[in-house]
Amino acid sequence: MAQRFGCREMENTIDQLSLFFNYGLPLVLLLVAYFVGSRIEKKHFSNIQKREDELHGFPVVSFDTMPEDWQVASSHMVTGSIVISLDYFKRVIAFVRGLFGGRIKTYEPLLERARREALLRMSESAREQGYDAIFNVRLETSRLANAGRDGKGTAGVEMLAFGTAVKFASRFG
Amino acid sequence: MDHSTNSIVISNTDSIPGRNIVEFYGVVTGNTVRAKHVGRDIMAGLKNIVGGELKGYTELLQDSRAEATERMVQQAESMGANAVVNVRFATSSISQGAAELFAYGTAVRVS
Repeated sequence: MAQRFGCREMENTIDQLSLFFNYGLPLVLLLVAYFVGSRIEKKHFSNIQKREDELHGFPVVSFDTMPEDWQVASSHMVTGSIVISLDYFKRVIAFVRGLFGGRIKTYEPLLERARREALLRMSESAREQGYDAIFNVRLETSRLANAGRDGKGTAGVEMLAFGTAVKFASRFG
Repeated sequence: MDHSTNSIVISNTDSIPGRNIVEFYGVVTGNTVRAKHVGRDIMAGLKNIVGGELKGYTELLQDSRAEATERMVQQAESMGANAVVNVRFATSSISQGAAELFAYGTAVRVS
């Protein structure tokens, strides 16, 4: 009798545990992902803004030929890249959105962040190496790994910015 | 990534600014296939929950791209070129966990 009772109690505990692992844990993860993810995104955006302000006045252009008044002393290619991923909460939202079609707003800030960060890294490395401007800037996006349809799995996007950095002999000589 | 350690000048434009191309040597390529590090992958998996930059992957791809570029430059050097113009990059994921990074351009001699 006592043994049977113990068995039942254990079954109950197992039921509760599996309930937690099946529904509770994903829910907790969703909440954590939502709050932490939003904070990380916000911080990243303000960091990008700050660094962009610092780089104000550093010419980065996408022309493939240089303006004729640029007297160039030397040049070299520079690159900047980042691999970035969406948080679990937003991936789930994007998945749900994908069922109905339409604009997936949660993905837009991710790609914007990545693009601006890649451009910043490229510009900062050019500036560190003593270059005065970058031209013929190109941006490339590549998907790094697959995310599962339910939002699980690694979902990385790589953003690469590259261009030709130049040093001026005299800018308007 | 720092390319300036090489004596060869590389550029993604169709000429080297301020210099003239005197000879063409043809297309040079460099590639590398990299797999993810298990430890990095686990970290990336954790990072994936909250989103943001996956630093391990960023570094991995930067190193790989530097190596692909280095191979391209070596090929150009062996041809006797002193510059590579019109450099392009390509990335393709071969399988889950492995990626090919590819760099190509035109080897030239500039005056």
